[in-house]
Amino acid sequence: MISEEKKIKDESIDTRHGCILYVENVTVSFDGFKALDNLNLYVDDGELRCIIGPNGAGKTTMMDVITGKTRPDEGTVFFGQTLDLTQMTEYEIAHAGIGRKFQKPTVFKNHTVYENLELALHANKDIWTSLLKTLNNRQKETIEGTLETIGLIDQKNMRAGLLAHGQTQWLEIGMLLVQDPRLLLIDEPVAGMTHQETEQTAELLTSLAGKHSVVVVEHEMDFIRSIANRVTVLHEGRVLAEGSMEDVQNDPNVVEVYLGS
Amino acid sequence: MIKQIISLHSFRGWFFIFGLFFAAIILLPVFNIFVPEDSLLHVPDYMFPLLGKYLCYAIVALAVDLIWGYTGILSLGHGVFFAMGGYAMGMYLMRSIGKEGVYKSDLPDFMVFLDWKELPWYWYGFDYFPFALLIIFLVPGLFAFIFGYFAFRSRIKGVYFAIITQAMTYALMLLFFRNDTGFGGNNGLTDFKRILGYSLQDPSTKMCLFMMTVFLLFLSYVISRYIVKSKLGRVLTAIRDVENRVMFSGYNTLHYKLFIWTFSAFLCGLAGALYVPQVGIINPSEMQPANSIEMAIWVAVGGRGTLGGALLGAGVVNVAKSWFTVAAPDYWLYFLGILFIVVTLFLPKGIIGISDRLKKNKDREILND
Repeated sequence: MISEEKKIKDESIDTRHGCILYVENVTVSFDGFKALDNLNLYVDDGELRCIIGPNGAGKTTMMDVITGKTRPDEGTVFFGQTLDLTQMTEYEIAHAGIGRKFQKPTVFKNHTVYENLELALHANKDIWTSLLKTLNNRQKETIEGTLETIGLIDQKNMRAGLLAHGQTQWLEIGMLLVQDPRLLLIDEPVAGMTHQETEQTAELLTSLAGKHSVVVVEHEMDFIRSIANRVTVLHEGRVLAEGSMEDVQNDPNVVEVYLGS
Repeated sequence: MIKQIISLHSFRGWFFIFGLFFAAIILLPVFNIFVPEDSLLHVPDYMFPLLGKYLCYAIVALAVDLIWGYTGILSLGHGVFFAMGGYAMGMYLMRSIGKEGVYKSDLPDFMVFLDWKELPWYWYGFDYFPFALLIIFLVPGLFAFIFGYFAFRSRIKGVYFAIITQAMTYALMLLFFRNDTGFGGNNGLTDFKRILGYSLQDPSTKMCLFMMTVFLLFLSYVISRYIVKSKLGRVLTAIRDVENRVMFSGYNTLHYKLFIWTFSAFLCGLAGALYVPQVGIINPSEMQPANSIEMAIWVAVGGRGTLGGALLGAGVVNVAKSWFTVAAPDYWLYFLGILFIVVTLFLPKGIIGISDRLKKNKDREILND
């Protein structure tokens, strides 16, 4: 047990320069169309960053590159000082501490809410452990605690496929929480949520920043205004503007892209 | 560990399983030996190899269900693993014929017929039962591991994977059909005399083989149940439903798929090895593409993703097959096809799904009251 904890600690990310994610000169093209065009993005350790941009700006492709789903044609992506994400597989990246919430909520519909969290839980994930070990008390407490946080304690034995849309979003966020990643990539967390749920989500994400670094992609402007201190605007695969919400909103380039000239 | 195993079933579940188990290994032999032959309750000798054959198919059904029903990987090539286990056992049985073959030679009859002077190197060792046992487990497992490694690493899925497994079984069937391959060509291996010194014609040997099969089916079932009830089983069903999410949660899905694929092949090899001494022959027709498809149909008919369903399906389809091939052999394939279509359209959860549906209707009635 001690050795396992030590191992997890040893895997910690080198963030001595204050940055946790370095996306540098990344280009991805699909049949000649450049989804990402020489993109540069730096995320500070513990920061909560919002990314906005019109459809086709390359937001999801950027997430795909960071999580290893898509390989860039050019450029480098570093997690901390040392880990080159372009050389790692999806599960290695997840193990290194990057969690992802998809645009379309993806949970395990045939598993119960509790089992969903069990599967996502930060633990040894090789086959022999899965085959022979059951949850220890500390892990059970973590799951119960997260069930409280995401407000699904009464639904814990319900099949996840039966949850309402907002609850599914929360479950997926809960799955990210138990995974305990250093960096959370969250794609459109409040899509389809009620006003109240949106507020709760904003609160949750703000409380996560500091301990974790959070990157949120969202269209919902009010939501971004309520959580963001730094916003990056993507356009045609490049960073168009970066700064506080106010700066970005007054940037003439951004205004042009969003409203047309 | 023991606690975990006990908790695999409710008390009633275990009661039912042990009931079946003891009925098979105690009651059937008792009804065979102590009930007079003219009585209706008498279990005739020929029943044992026949039931044994069905139970071997039941082990195959478990194997197919683990990989298809639980993990969502449709294999249409499991006949290969079955045949491999069968051939390994067959080679041992051929060697233990000794000089009692038609040509009174130390070599198997088909080799004498082909005018071969000595035993090919890959037949060495099959004089010894433990060696054959090792091969029975090693060869299907190893073959599956290598095949699976390349297929899963390249992320081949769904229909493409199913087609490749069909091609695999077809290719190996053609290979085994050739006389030069050294496994008896299209006649395969047959005319076995004895196993471990006991005559295969002897009713008590047949009964023993049947009891061994019951025991190994029981063991296979408990292990399979343990797997699907463990966290590993939940990871497998998660891979079936959304593999991407599993990867992004930090699981190396390649390892998981490879594990269950290899284990599944291993079970099939075991089933093949039990099948051959009871049926008395193994030949390349076991590797016909249609055979492997039939295995998938057993599971679909019984109910995918439930081990009980797989066992039930193997039983129902094979009993029907035995009946049809006697009563109306020309119509069997039509019947199988229609059965498959009906199940796919109206019973997506198979026969075992019917009871769930009835239960739901009952719940609804109760609610309406």
